[in-house]
Parts: sequence; C-alpha cells; structure tokens
Amino acid sequence: MSHDHDDHHHDNHLDPMAARVRALETILTQKGLIDPAAIDAIVETYETKVGPRNGAKVVAKAWSDTGYAEWLRRDATTAIASLGFTGRQGEHMQAVFNTPETHNLVVCTLCSCYPWSVLGLPPVWYKAPPYRSRAVIDPRGVLEEFGLTLPAATKVRVWDSTAELRYLVVPMRPEGSQGLDEEALADLVTRDSMIGTGLASMPAKVPT
Amino acid sequence: MNGPQDLGGQMGFGPVAPEKEEPLFHADWEKRALGVTLAAGAFGAWNLDESRHARESLHPAVYYAATYYEIWTRALEVLLTRHGFLSEADLAAGEAVDDAATPKRVLKAADVPAVLAKGGPCDRPLAAPARFRAGERVRTKNFNPTGHTRLPRYARGKIGTVEAVHDGFVLPDSNAHGRGENPERLYTVVFDGSEVWGEGADPTLTVSIDAWESYLERA
Repeated sequence: MSHDHDDHHHDNHLDPMAARVRALETILTQKGLIDPAAIDAIVETYETKVGPRNGAKVVAKAWSDTGYAEWLRRDATTAIASLGFTGRQGEHMQAVFNTPETHNLVVCTLCSCYPWSVLGLPPVWYKAPPYRSRAVIDPRGVLEEFGLTLPAATKVRVWDSTAELRYLVVPMRPEGSQGLDEEALADLVTRDSMIGTGLASMPAKVPT
Repeated sequence: MNGPQDLGGQMGFGPVAPEKEEPLFHADWEKRALGVTLAAGAFGAWNLDESRHARESLHPAVYYAATYYEIWTRALEVLLTRHGFLSEADLAAGEAVDDAATPKRVLKAADVPAVLAKGGPCDRPLAAPARFRAGERVRTKNFNPTGHTRLPRYARGKIGTVEAVHDGFVLPDSNAHGRGENPERLYTVVFDGSEVWGEGADPTLTVSIDAWESYLERA
C-alpha cells in the first residue's frame, strides 16, 4: 500500500511524518479507538518513570549485596521485580555479568528489542542499521566508536536478542567505589554500561 | 524472511555515531507515534510477532531510509488497514470516513500504568521435555522462509553450543501469521566468532542467539 501524505492541504505546515502521525491519531480518536489521554500517559511513563535509573538501581544493589547478585544471576525477572521494575519489554529478564575476562554486549540485529523496564526507551543508535549490523561482527570496532578500547585479551560476548529474553549487562564495579552506598553507586552506572557499550563511571576523587 | 531487518553482519552503513546527551524524543511526533502504536496494540487485533513482520515487510529502500518511529508508523498503517480499523478513504481525507472494526479493548489513560507494568509475557508451559541439554552441540537449520522467523541469516547452518535451556515460548514463525502460538522450548545457543564469520573473525568473539527448538538439530 502507498500513502503519500506530503500533499495534504490541511497538514502542509507539518513535516511529512508529523502529518502522518497526526492523521492516524485524529482518525483513530474520531473512531473512538484511542484515547489521546492514554497516549499522554504512555509518553509520561517513559519520560518520567521508566528509564535507565531503574537499571542503575538493580546494578548498584547487585554490587552491594552478593545475595541479591546471586538472585539476579539465577532469576533476573523476579530479582528485578522485587525492586518494582516490571512490565512491557522486561517480562523475561536475563542479567549478564562483566568480569575481568569477559565483556558483554547486547544487540538486537533483527529489530529493536531492548529491556524497557530497566533502561526505558532505546536510543536511536541502538535501533539503527550501523549498530545492529556491526555489533555481531565487529564489536571492538563498535566499542571504539563509544570511546571504549578493550584489552586485546578480553573476551567479547555478544548477545543477540532474537527472542523475548531481554538482557541487562551488569558492569564491573569500578575501583575506588568502596564505602559508597547504593545511591552513590547507582550514580556511577551509565545506561551504556548496561548495554555493554560503556563501562561504569569512576567515582569522583574524594579530597583527602 | 530475508528482509531489510536482518542486519547482522551487513556492511556499508557507516559508523554508529552515538549522540551526546541524546534526547528521549527527537520530535513531538515521535511521542505520538510511540503512544499510538502502543494504544493500537492494545486493541488485541494483532500480536507482537505480526507487528514485527509488518515492519520487516516494508520495502528495503523505505526501511533503510526511515527512523525507527517511522518504521513503526508505516507498519502500523498496514496493520490497522489489514484488520479493518483504517481505510484508504480515511487516510485520503485525514479524518474518519469509514466505520471501523470493533477492538477487543480501547486503552484508557487510567489503565496505562497497569497495562505497561503488566506487559505481555510470552512464556508458555510445555509438557514435553527439552530435546537438547546445556553443553550439547547443535546445528542451526539452514532455511530461507518467506514468512517471519527469528533465526538471523548469519546464524543459519552454524554449529554452536547450548548454553541455557529456557521455558516454552510462543513461536514467532507461527504466531506472526495467525497460525497460533505453537509454543516451543527456547535455547540460548553460543557460537564462536570463527564459526559465524570465518576467516579474519575476532578470535576473542562469541555470539549467542536465542533459538526455538525447531531451529535446531543435533550436530
């Protein structure tokens, strides 16, 4: 099918995609099929409630509590749900732990599968062809583009999210983070470190 | 299908170019596209697998030129039309002209938190024991189905090791086409980089996929 909305007289002040989406929302709303307030609520959820701070709390807890880390390794869905993070695109979670020997990297070569419940909506690059095509064949080259150079001997494990399992990378706890509480630790956990395209941040130097 | 979505190992797309301080949305229409897509999914007229198949069925020239929210939107038009919620006349007019099919449900704002927090689990109990066990060597099927599948081309006909045996999961190859969920056991299968990419592969690389039982045979 082909719909070219570019020449719609009533939408010609909008760019083509804005016009296209507005037309869909208008038509479906007029038919009583969607509630625009529900769309607002969906957007607000991912703008304010569900994002990478959720995942950071999971990682910080795993760093602080070996019992929780074991639970996360064994049954990530339940361990993550215990912190209140559940739902769409996080129904079946797997946590994969970086070690000095192995670095984990997550991709979805076939579409855009991403653990929304702990990381929120994926960034554009995660869904775009350069990352999806190269992460599985040239992960080190991809990581270089994120400013991350792995030691030559480090093993690289790429997880292609081809089914409904969603992967959360647990980065290594940075040196110098001893004594920090979970909240301070969570501040070190970047989104990219939970995809595998980065490492956890180093703690700011505490003046002595 | 061997469509534009099957990107693993393709070349020529250039650098990843991560954006510094990337905003959650790059335009207001992306917010509406997200919301309309999820709200339309709540009709219950199609499933996630049919959605994915609609996206990968876009012409490759369209798919590669589009951002992901554009891919979603174009595929949503296909799904809405296929299932009787949208007509050519509606689109031509930019407003509702024709009657629509009756959805199983209309998502209300008050229900959004609960619906998003519940999600849509795809695991299904299976009576049959697992055919493969962890540590076993398996070969992925070499096939080229014209319909939906989640076995990427780069991982077809390759020998790997079962790393984890999971529960039963809805089979996308069937579910995307209205042929039922037909759940099968799922396995995480890991391949050496050299098995997948051959000469010149990164010797430190292993790649895993999650594969349904019918994608696998004993090696």
